[in-house]
Amino acid sequence: MCLGIPGQVVEIIDPADHRATVDVDGVRREVNVGLVMGDAGGLNVGDWVLIHVGFAMTKIDEEEAASTLDFIKQLGSVYDDEIRDFSTEAPL
Amino acid sequence: MKFVDEYRDPAAARQILSHITDLAEGHHYKFMEVCGGHTHTIYKHGIENVLPETVELVHGPGCPVCVIPMGRVDDAIAVAETPGVIFTSFGDMMRVPGGNGNLLEAKARGADVRMVYSPLDALRIAIANPDKQVVFFAVGFETTAPSTAVTVLKAMQKGVTNFSLFCNHVTIVPPLKAILESPDLRLDGFLGPGHVSTVIGNRPYRFVPQKYGLPLVTAGFEPLDILQAILMLLRQIDEGRCEVENQYTRAVPEHGNPKALEILNQVFELRPHFEWRGLGFISQSALKLREEFAPWDAELRFSVPGVRVADPKACQCGEVLKGVIKPWECKVFGTACTPETPIGTCMVSSEGACAAYYNYGRFTKHQTVPVELTRTPQPA
Ligand code: SF4
Repeated sequence: MCLGIPGQVVEIIDPADHRATVDVDGVRREVNVGLVMGDAGGLNVGDWVLIHVGFAMTKIDEEEAASTLDFIKQLGSVYDDEIRDFSTEAPL
Repeated sequence: MKFVDEYRDPAAARQILSHITDLAEGHHYKFMEVCGGHTHTIYKHGIENVLPETVELVHGPGCPVCVIPMGRVDDAIAVAETPGVIFTSFGDMMRVPGGNGNLLEAKARGADVRMVYSPLDALRIAIANPDKQVVFFAVGFETTAPSTAVTVLKAMQKGVTNFSLFCNHVTIVPPLKAILESPDLRLDGFLGPGHVSTVIGNRPYRFVPQKYGLPLVTAGFEPLDILQAILMLLRQIDEGRCEVENQYTRAVPEHGNPKALEILNQVFELRPHFEWRGLGFISQSALKLREEFAPWDAELRFSVPGVRVADPKACQCGEVLKGVIKPWECKVFGTACTPETPIGTCMVSSEGACAAYYNYGRFTKHQTVPVELTRTPQPA
């Protein structure tokens, strides 16, 4: 939750509603990208972002994304929990 | 993984360590890290074991799950057990003990408690269940508070009236002030948190050098990041400088995320006081919804007991959160208190200091972990 997990934007579903699909280590899910769309250069497919609780909070470069992902993976249970949570759709 | 090696290069680590050793000679420096992620890097890579004896690292209140007081968990359970309520929470919070058990136990007793990954999932549940009241247990520092703020704005825009927030968001600066005002601890500087700073930037930390005369360096999560940040702190002290520096420029923009800060300010205001587990009441340290958003405030919609519950006698989380004792110095550490049966919060969340010590097998002062600052062979 406190540690952001890096993901790559694979599709911008609806720019007006800030919805995009992001791939985190092979797992895809919709996240809200409204807080990073106004950054320099906007937000494009292929960009890397740090995600907290379903929201992209900051753009990062590919190198930082790789090292952050590797760091979180070393934490073992933190990574497993994050990926499990990330892949859960809301039980309606 | 072509990028990772450079942050673990043992030769670079040795070089930084020799500078650290030189600069710290003849003194004893105590630096506090305020981020659960840093705590993990430090234990995982055995950084305490490679640092010279003259440099000591202590852990601060960097885990938002760890600082929620017992009384607030009891309030959450009271709301969850209200008929017609679906209570939603991040997974970590469901195991945090209150005076009256935890949320998982409330669920076992029949309350409709559901784990969500995102506050937006809670909003989705509300839209799908118009005949129920859906409450979201909002916790976290400035890393998660903007997400909650956006969710409340969406609820307002979409006219979702059966959704509300039990707000427990806290801010990172006031507990730092409380620690700096505390007579228990003498510090020489801070390693600033990484991801919280991606939102708030580095400016909010300026009071640390200005008012308390201590340096602060915002740091990344790789072992070399931590070592480099320690070196930056020592250089400042050596050169008679005292300022906020950013070691983690890869992810932390100087001014943070202006859009997130704007939305935070639009939706939330500071509470006059908020109780922190182990630290007591800290003024202006937590967020509540502004008046315009009163219809989405669970504390106004439900009767919340709001009783203050003292921490269990055996629990020394307060001292751990302030960096006054190390986890293994708590009498119940690893015996009565383990990740399976946590007594205090620092053992619940994997970001907590006690859980980090426990998971890396640090049960005594001298128990060492293998130093992993070696280059792991990477497949070509
Ligand atoms: S060992 Fe348990 S009770 Fe003691 S400080 Fe850590 S979490 Fe709190």
